[in-house]
Order: sequence, then structure tokens, then C-alpha cells
Amino acid sequence: MKPFEYLRARDAAGAVAAVTGHPGASFLGGGTNLVDHMKLGITAPDLLIDIARLPLDDIEELADGSVRIGATVRNSDLAAHRLIRERHRVLSEALLAGASGQLRNMATTGGNLLQRTRCTYFQDLGTPCNKREPGSGCSALEGVNRDHAVLGASASCVAVHPSDMAVALAALDARVVVLGPDGERSMQLTEFHRLPGDAPERDTVLEHGELITALELPARPGALSAYRKVRDRASYAFALVSVAAVLELDQDGTIREVRLALGGVAHKPWRATLAESLLRGTQPSEENFREAAQAELRSASALRDNAFKIPMARNTMVAVLRDLSGR
Amino acid sequence: MDARITLKVDGAPRTLTVDTRTTLLDALRDGLDVTSPKKGCDHGQCGSCTVLLEGRRVTSCLLLAVAEDGSEITTAQGLGGDDELHPVQQAFLKHDGFQCGFCTPGQVCSAVGMFQEAVQGHPSHVTVGSGEGVELSDEEIRERMSGNLCRCGAYVNIVAAIREVASNTVPGTGAES
Ligand SMILES: Cc1cc2nc3c(=O)[nH]c(=O)nc-3n(C[C@H](O)[C@H](O)[C@H](O)COP(=O)(O)OP(=O)(O)OC[C@H]3O[C@@H](n4cnc5c(N)ncnc54)[C@H](O)[C@@H]3O)c2cc1C
Ligand code: SF4
Ligand code: FES
Ligand code: FES
Repeated sequence: MKPFEYLRARDAAGAVAAVTGHPGASFLGGGTNLVDHMKLGITAPDLLIDIARLPLDDIEELADGSVRIGATVRNSDLAAHRLIRERHRVLSEALLAGASGQLRNMATTGGNLLQRTRCTYFQDLGTPCNKREPGSGCSALEGVNRDHAVLGASASCVAVHPSDMAVALAALDARVVVLGPDGERSMQLTEFHRLPGDAPERDTVLEHGELITALELPARPGALSAYRKVRDRASYAFALVSVAAVLELDQDGTIREVRLALGGVAHKPWRATLAESLLRGTQPSEENFREAAQAELRSASALRDNAFKIPMARNTMVAVLRDLSGR
Repeated sequence: MDARITLKVDGAPRTLTVDTRTTLLDALRDGLDVTSPKKGCDHGQCGSCTVLLEGRRVTSCLLLAVAEDGSEITTAQGLGGDDELHPVQQAFLKHDGFQCGFCTPGQVCSAVGMFQEAVQGHPSHVTVGSGEGVELSDEEIRERMSGNLCRCGAYVNIVAAIREVASNTVPGTGAES
């Protein structure tokens, strides 16, 4: 590991200034991804600005009923919080389906959003990878790609985003609030992560030095929500496919609003907007769910080892919607 | 780059100089001779390095020692008293909750942290609902302990040991057989 200097940030603005002015600097959150990657040699910052103890650890309800989550709230505390369990259950479920008890106690909200792909070639310095070393090639394209993307991939990169939390946030229409050298800006979570295109080295639209300070979840009175994760073992494994769904039904049972996001299938949490538009205004039925899911996946394309993900994504969407509409 | 730090380890303040690259695990083992936390994978995957940081279970291989300057750390060797074992350690002995013992200190710390989470009403993948009480069924124990791997496969007896302590520690939890 390359030697680095360590500083504990005193406030958010100071942390932003320290990283902005120093190209080799990184923020340190819980460290569960960054420290791992420093050991592996994927990244080698020469300055760490520790933001894990900044007072950005509140979860509060705002006047309009939305919920604001500070960037240093630990994943376990977020999952356990009453407001989240009662109103945005999909988020608790997604967090609790990820990692382990120990890791959730360490991982921060901001760091979780910025965790990097688990593509094994990305983690192996001995193999070409456009995300790690732009222009070197993508080993997964013709390699072992069972875990890789079936939607939105490019010839440069077929990696998937590993976060469970981010999938739930996509279905909740969350906003990400960031502080940069020129002040605060915010964006939809669905616009925060990028598709790979020809610049897979960039996972998100965040600029160097910008600090995530909070997430905002709009109020959705009466909405039902759920997360379902399909994985190789019952616990402590990344998703093969996951689905986050938020459903609002009218008095007569018609679907007033539905929001669906898929994990494990793309370089970012995949909002299934086509399926959503087909379902809005219809009656919940297995047949409608299946048709909508099928339509969403018409643009999917499989690599050598991951064709199973397409029917798996369809079936998981149908199962989650069936469970939710039957509640 | 070196840093002078103080860690409160198993009740006693310990001051040492570490390279900023040193993990908490290496600082404990190599710097302070506190060898109960074990290095299995060194990548956060196996749980054998689990300690309690300010009472919460964490994997010490992914924490930088310099970042924990001033923190309170409890390892498996500090859980019991001078001459007595912690009830979780006692239960592991009684139920044969190990074979080689390498994962055991991490399992024990993890179980102690897990009980605390259950008492505080933290949900799990098995029980996400907004109910307050947590009943530590075998299914719950397996889910909540899934961050601790055991290469010897002593899982059945590990669950039995934890179940016994759970029935005395976590309100509303009855012993299963
Ligand atoms: C064994 C293992 C299993 C796992 N399983 C799962 C799983 O099943 N599902 C899942 O979703 N995740 C899983 N994870 C990943 C885990 O959720 C992430 O490592 C964690 O959420 C990262 O958060 P952190 O605070 O530790 O981030 P760090 O490691 O501290 O930081 C990650 C990145 O974010 C940057 N950063 C951190 N905070 C901010 C901020 N506020 N603003 C700007 N930049 C910031 C850092 O500079 C770094 O680049 C697993 C991890 C491990 C080790
Ligand atoms: S899929 Fe992306 S991350 Fe994996 S080897 Fe290809 S370029 Fe690298
Ligand atoms: S050594 Fe820390 S989790 Fe394996
Ligand atoms: S007892 Fe040998 S690894 Fe668990």
C-alpha cells in the first residue's frame, strides 16, 4: 500500500476544501470498500480525509413529510430507524439484505452509494480492465461474466453496480445532496450513477472533492414497498438479481403509481420506467405484471454466462408485485 | 507516515506508534500483542477479526488504526473477567461450538454484539417488520451471524451455543431444540 497522510475532518466545508485542492486525496467513510481497495492496489490515495465522524448522522423528518438521511448514518442504524421501517420499508429490507452485521455497523450511507463493482477482473490487477485502467480492455466481455450486466452495458464495460441500498433508493425517487467547492447541489439518485458508455472509469457524476452530505426521500403516504434479492446463498452474498418496488393503489384497486428498480443487472440501479408506464392505471394481475416485466426486458441482452438473469429479473419483478398487491 | 495513537483495549489505555497504513487488526496483534482477533481473509469477508468498537461489532481488518485513535475496543480476551469466561464463551465450550478454534474469538465477539443489536430491537433480513421485539430463533441466529464463517463447519453447535445464551439475554426469546 502506498504511504498516505491521514486527517480527521472537522467540518464538511473543510473536508471538501482539503480534497478539492489535492488530486490524490480521498474521503474515508466506513472504509469497508476503500481500505479493501487500497490493500488490493486498485486505488492509492496519498491523503485520506476521514469524514466518518462528521455530524452528518441524523435521520429527520422535514415539514413536507420527506425524510432526510445524513451521509454518515451507518447502514445498520438506517435499516433500524423507525421512520424508514414504517414509511420506506423497501430501504430497510435492501440494507438488511446486504453485507453482514459487522459491515453494516461500519458502512456509511455515502460510502454505500459509491462502492465500486465486484467484477473480479476489476479487483485483479493482473488483468485488463477499462474501469480500473482506461483503454486497457474489458476482460469480462469474453471472460467469466455470470455476474455481469444484461441491461445498459457497453463494449467498454459490462460490470454491475453492487449496492442493494441504491436499488431501493432508485425506486423511492431519492435525491442525493452534495457539497462542492462552489456550494450545494442535488440530483435524482437515478441520475447520480452513470451507464458505462465509453467512460466506465466514472461510476457517478460526482466531481473530485464533492462530498455527499445527505439523501432525501420524498413522502409517499399510503405507498407499499418491498425489496427482493436473489443470490447464490441465503445470506451474505451479492445479488444476482434484485427488485425494489413501490406501489400505490386506488380505492378500487387500480394501480395509481408504481416504481420499480432492478439491481444486479446494470452499471447503475435500473429504473424499469417502461414497465411502470405499462402498469400505471391497470388492475394488478399476474398477467399484467408479466407483460410489463417482459416489455422492460426486451432491450436486455445476455453475455456468455448470464442469460439466466433475464428470466430471473422477469420472475422477480412479477413475484414482488404480486406480493405487494396482495398485502 | 507514522502516527501516535491511544486505543482503549479491553479496559486499558494503550499508546503506540503506527504507520497510517496499519489496520486496527494489525495494530492489536502485532503492535499490542492482543492476538485473540484473528486474520482470516484480511478483506472483510470472514469475520474472524471481529471486535467490539464502542460496543458495536466490526471487522477490524478494514479499519485503519489511526482512524480509531481514542476509541474503546473489546476483544474476545477482554470479554470475561480475570478468572471467568463470558457466558457466550462458556456456552461455546459446553456445546462444542468450535473445532480448530480459529474463527471462535470472532464468533464470540460477533454474538455479543448481535445480542446487543437484538435487545435494541434492530431488525434483520428475517424480520424486517416494524415490530419492536426480536425473538432470536435459529433462523434469526443464522442470519445475524452470517458474517462469521467457520471453515471447520461447526455451525450447528455455534447456533446451539448462541441459542442458549440468547434465551437468557434477549427478552422474549425461548430456547428451541
Ligand atoms: C464482504 C463484503 C460483503 C458485502 N456485501 C454487500 C452486499 O451484499 N450488498 C451491498 O450493497 N454491499 C455489500 N458490501 C459493500 C458495502 O455495502 C460497502 O463496502 C459499504 O457500503 C461502503 O461504505 P463505506 O462507508 O465503508 O465506504 P468507504 O469504503 O469509506 O468509501 C467508499 C467510497 O466512497 C467515498 N466516500 C465515502 N463517503 C463519501 C461521502 N460522504 N461523499 C463522497 N465520497 C464518499 C470514498 O472516498 C470511497 O471512494 C459488502 C462488502 C464486503 C466487504
Ligand atoms: S466489466 Fe467493467 S469492471 Fe469488469 S473487466 Fe470489464 S471494464 Fe473492468
Ligand atoms: S480477517 Fe477481517 S473479515 Fe476476514
Ligand atoms: S472452528 Fe475452525 S474455523 Fe471455525
